[in-house]
Amino acid sequence: RKEKHERWDILTALLRQFPSGPVAMADREERRFAEVSRDSVKLMAESTGVDLADDVAALLAEDVCYRLREAAQTSSQFMRHAKRRKLTVEDLNRALRWSRVEAVCGYGAQDALPFRSVKEGELFFVEDREINLIELALATNIPKGCAETMVRVNVAYLDGKGNVEPQGTVPTAVQTLSDDLLKYYQQITRAILGDDPHLMKMALLDLQSNSKIAALLPYFVYVISGVKSVSHDLEQLNRLLHMVKSLVQNPYLYLGSYVRSLVSSVMYCILEPLAASINPLNDHWTLRDYAALLLSHIFWTHGDLVSGLYHQILLSLQKVLSDPVRPLCSHYGAVVGLHALGWKAVERVLFPHLPAYWANLQAVLDDYSVSNAQVKADGHKVYGAILVAVERLLKMKAVSLSQSAEGGSSCQPGSGAGSAGYRVGSPGLSPPSEPLSEAVLGIASHLQAGGAGCPWEEWSPVPLPAMYSELYSFFGDSLAVRFSTGPGFGSYPPCASACFREARKDPLGPAANTDTARKMPQLTANLNISPRQDGSPRTDPPPPSLAATGAGRSLARSSSVQRSRSSSSRSGQRSASVSRDVFPKARFISPQSGPPAFSFVIGGRQMGRRCQGRRPFQTTFSSSSSLPANPPRAYAHKLPVIGRVGKPVRRWTCSHYSLYLP
Amino acid sequence: MAAVQGSIVDAKEEADIKSEPATDGFGNNHANEAGVLSASPGSSAAAGNNKPAAGAPEDQQTLLAVLQFLRKNKLSESAEILRREAGLPEEVLDPKGADSAGSGLGSGADIDGGDASALLSRVTVSAAGGAKAPTKAGEDQPDVNVVLSAYSQQGDPALYEVYYSGLKKFIESVLDCHRAELSQVFYPLFVHMYLELVYNNHEGEAKAFFEKFSGDQECYYEEDLRILSSLTKKEHMRGNETLLDFRTSKFVLRISRDSYQLLKRHLQERQNNQIWNIIQEHLYIDIFDGMPRSKSQIDAMSGSLAGEAKREANKAKVYYGLLKEPEIELPLDDEDEEAENEEGKPKKKKPKKDSTGSKSKKQDPNAPSQTRIPLPELKDSDKLDKIMYMKESTKRILVGADQLVAISFFFPSFSFFMSPLQGLTAVDVTDDSSLIAGGFADSTVRVWSVTPKKLRKVKTAADLNLIDKESDDVLERIMDDKTASESKCLYGHSGPVYGISFSPDRNYLLSCSEDATVRLWSLLTFTCLVGYKGHNYPVWDTQFSPYGYYFISGGHDRVARLWATDHHQPLRIFAGHLADVTCTRFHPNANYVATGSSDRTIRLWDVLTGNCVRIFTGHKGPIHALAFSPNGKFLASGATDGRVLLWDIGHGLMVGELKGHTECIYSLRFSRDGEILGSGSMDNTVRLWDAMKAFDDLETDDFTAATGHIHLQDNSQELLLGTYMTKSTPVVHLHFTRRNLLLAAGAYNP
Repeated sequence: RKEKHERWDILTALLRQFPSGPVAMADREERRFAEVSRDSVKLMAESTGVDLADDVAALLAEDVCYRLREAAQTSSQFMRHAKRRKLTVEDLNRALRWSRVEAVCGYGAQDALPFRSVKEGELFFVEDREINLIELALATNIPKGCAETMVRVNVAYLDGKGNVEPQGTVPTAVQTLSDDLLKYYQQITRAILGDDPHLMKMALLDLQSNSKIAALLPYFVYVISGVKSVSHDLEQLNRLLHMVKSLVQNPYLYLGSYVRSLVSSVMYCILEPLAASINPLNDHWTLRDYAALLLSHIFWTHGDLVSGLYHQILLSLQKVLSDPVRPLCSHYGAVVGLHALGWKAVERVLFPHLPAYWANLQAVLDDYSVSNAQVKADGHKVYGAILVAVERLLKMKAVSLSQSAEGGSSCQPGSGAGSAGYRVGSPGLSPPSEPLSEAVLGIASHLQAGGAGCPWEEWSPVPLPAMYSELYSFFGDSLAVRFSTGPGFGSYPPCASACFREARKDPLGPAANTDTARKMPQLTANLNISPRQDGSPRTDPPPPSLAATGAGRSLARSSSVQRSRSSSSRSGQRSASVSRDVFPKARFISPQSGPPAFSFVIGGRQMGRRCQGRRPFQTTFSSSSSLPANPPRAYAHKLPVIGRVGKPVRRWTCSHYSLYLP
Repeated sequence: MAAVQGSIVDAKEEADIKSEPATDGFGNNHANEAGVLSASPGSSAAAGNNKPAAGAPEDQQTLLAVLQFLRKNKLSESAEILRREAGLPEEVLDPKGADSAGSGLGSGADIDGGDASALLSRVTVSAAGGAKAPTKAGEDQPDVNVVLSAYSQQGDPALYEVYYSGLKKFIESVLDCHRAELSQVFYPLFVHMYLELVYNNHEGEAKAFFEKFSGDQECYYEEDLRILSSLTKKEHMRGNETLLDFRTSKFVLRISRDSYQLLKRHLQERQNNQIWNIIQEHLYIDIFDGMPRSKSQIDAMSGSLAGEAKREANKAKVYYGLLKEPEIELPLDDEDEEAENEEGKPKKKKPKKDSTGSKSKKQDPNAPSQTRIPLPELKDSDKLDKIMYMKESTKRILVGADQLVAISFFFPSFSFFMSPLQGLTAVDVTDDSSLIAGGFADSTVRVWSVTPKKLRKVKTAADLNLIDKESDDVLERIMDDKTASESKCLYGHSGPVYGISFSPDRNYLLSCSEDATVRLWSLLTFTCLVGYKGHNYPVWDTQFSPYGYYFISGGHDRVARLWATDHHQPLRIFAGHLADVTCTRFHPNANYVATGSSDRTIRLWDVLTGNCVRIFTGHKGPIHALAFSPNGKFLASGATDGRVLLWDIGHGLMVGELKGHTECIYSLRFSRDGEILGSGSMDNTVRLWDAMKAFDDLETDDFTAATGHIHLQDNSQELLLGTYMTKSTPVVHLHFTRRNLLLAAGAYNP
């Protein structure tokens, strides 16, 4: 009908000018709707040349409002389905079109239209600038083409609790991972962090021999950096460390700057007071030992990749050691870390720091209160670790002196070198009572030289005898026991601890070692057990760590009086005599315990080559990992178990060609 | 009775200003009825074995009514075809009373029940249980006037307020336990009284009435009230959909017997006829025996446009179990065998079945029979794909809540972001996560390959002639390497693409658009194969059935349609929703279809009979996301109200409410093992919920199952496993890969 038609005309006219037309807000309490007033309608009608009566205008206005709302409602539906929050002109037009109303043209521009008001007339309008078409056509700044629509991948890692890990460390390489690699990665991580030890072994083995996982390295490094979030779980930490080891051992991987990240993860395990350490039943000592070992391994094999790594490591270790606020387990970590880094590290950091540290340690060890029992046990651990470290320091220093004396002939293997080492070392082993007098001087001079925080530049090596006497002043006969056991102990590899720890397939090895070391002071009280533990730690299976620490603690308690006496008096006649008792037994046992020639060769290389020492060490470690030298082939067929299923997984988990299967 | 079912749809369509002539719509419907379903691929014959309620008198009534209607509208041809297909005797078409014909019909149907396609096509147009108003069959073409005429009764307009406030006073004074239940009456009463006033041209009174009492209504009706408030003229009532919904369907209330008696007594004492009439005519009060429900219980279920679902509506048996997986022998790889032989182990005679294989051996008692819906036969390529799937599923990361902790630091989730030229409106990812498709507001559809394998077209016909058709790698040879690219763009729609779905075999892609069509694209040639025209208004969503071949679409015309790819007309029309069908999902066993609507209800439809078997109410806003759990037992739904509701399909009950999102939920997806539910929303977050726990905590005793009263504890926070923010990107789609990596997709505009 005509009237209706007209109505729509006005509506569309209104819609066209909607923003600019005079639209008054309803004055009523509910201001949810914009209302078109009667006057507006009249005005618009007049502009098109129609004269409207008041009542007609009122009716029309009301109707227009209703239609507007209807259109708005429908258009919001289009908005919702387009999954937008913003209602566009296009939405309104669609709504109009579907209700058979002409669409509003001219408002399709993408840029926002500022809605402005004129104060005087309470007018609102959209600024509609005139555009010079010629200018537009001849414009030199041609708008850039819209960005290509594309699929981009954004990866979010969730940790165990479902939190998104910060993306800072997520490497860009992740984005280009192929599906196969992803599969591999998932399987490997699952296997390593999973429950099945067999699976874990397989996965680790593959990790250390697979030549095609370079692209995954950042992934793994990232996973390993998760140590910080599982410090409560020794088992997981251990697994992650094993992962590090496998990665480091993989000859096909170029670790590059990821070494730093790996080192920091390992250092975390060594130095941090882990949450797991709170429970004394947790054997975090072993973890620290293992991590320290790993650290040295990384350093010896990949230390040349990052400049100044050695220095940094030493500095951080020193920092921990010199911080009395840190718990003893951190100190322990620092000591074993230094020890693992070689005797020179011990000489440079631990030795100069020892006098200052000793006082703290002494205080802990001398406190017999019940509440202190746990701390004291920890103190014994540290004590033992220091003892082992300085012993090695002395021995190696002796050997190095002998080698420098012998010149080029030092590298010749066999008993010659051994005897030479022994011979040069032996001066320091002259009767223990003698250097004691000199020790006072040595300590005093050293303290002046720069006690705790001796700067690197000013550092000067302390001569061996002075060093020995100083150390003897700390450790008394327990040092002597190890160092002066005569020719029998000459067969003991200079880097004994390191070697046999590596040689052990069981990670508990180091624990056993430190246990024995820690028990040294208790010789006075437990004569019968000491020779066995001392003489043959390499061949005996290590005692379960828990039992060992427990025993150690009880021993410590029982023998504390004697030990403290001996150590505080520094040269108890009694302890000396006891240690002498031990000698024959130790001498008797030790010759069976290892081929002297072999161990000396390693010692020589380690000394002589330092950073280039990758090969000798790699051979040492690979042979010591208790796995066959050519593992991938032999184990390939067992890998499928990783997937917890039989057949389907088999194809791609086969270590070498796995990644290239469809 | 049955004619009403048919006609209600039409009534609505006609009544809409926008609708086309009724005959047209019916031409469509019946053309299919006549044509079809014999086309069920492969195994259609088997369908004849189980005849679905062929003898049910209601069905026959429906048929008869449809026939009568057809005849009345001079569509004798269609009527004839329908009659023949339904196997009804000829005299049915004679001008006889429906009743007498009905009696003759029973035998006829029995005789002829064997024809599968006939059975299938029995009831194409069916209306929801809720819409079965007992109107006279004579009202075949109801005018709006007729519809509205019920409002013509005159009362003194000034008294409306008095009546209403009198009732209000009464309800406020009754015992607490009854108050919550009786308060339900307010809203429908308010609406109807208001409409009466408007209809009778008491504009001023209507406005006053509205202003006085609209504030009392529950907040979740706000949107409807807004529409209502804009309606002040009798003329506006014509063509107002909301109003028509109110009129055509009775508002359903569930009230305990005690409360109802109380109300009845009060109204009769007061001689309050005005209100009593409205209650009698426009309200359906579903009375139950037992304890009155609490406020929270009522609130949980209400919110829909037409009140709660009637209890009978959810009584029908639903076969929610999964279909038996076809037995596929996992072929042993040669290499594997060699490896085994090398090891010296004895070769196993039979490959070990993995869990999925063994599970499927036993038929689920709740599963429909294998051939209830004719499904396409598996092709070889499908089998290969199934094998791949099984293989992959064994490598799945278990993502249950506890495992999430166990797998400490890796649970990577990928999100695909697109920088759109025009808004991204829909996304789908293939089941094997190799392809991703996006529908855009600029009416394009784009397909990307997310694997290194590029997208290639098939060679042209001339080139195809040249290749050696006998060669083994013929499938590889037909591909044209020159066309390889990472993405392809499909042009054809003329409006924003609102829904998109890959076929399970990855050869086809469906897209639906504002231009009222659904298009089928080939992913081999990257061209449009078919444009399905049937919806007359924008199509909001479409989805392929899990077994391919069938697909469902739903749109602004308030119906969902079931199609088969090789038919250009729908096989079923599911009508009953009172507003747009906004999302559609196939049940994993392909026997049911769930539709979510703007009327804030979810309906579950039986594909075979076309009946509505479940109505779920409880959402307070249009539903935009649905997801079936992989075991087929549960349904999750998300709406603009930011809540995810969980439903037990078997019992027809709400079993959980997940609160957390602040805006409309656009995507829901269960992990492959059903342990985790992911929800993606407009509020730029993806949230993960512990679905296992939500369903485990469930206690459906007989009482709850019988009365439908649920008591939900508010444990959303416990169930929430994590909230993940995107880079200010609304999450449009979620997808769990076969290994349970979560992919989230949304448009990212840097």
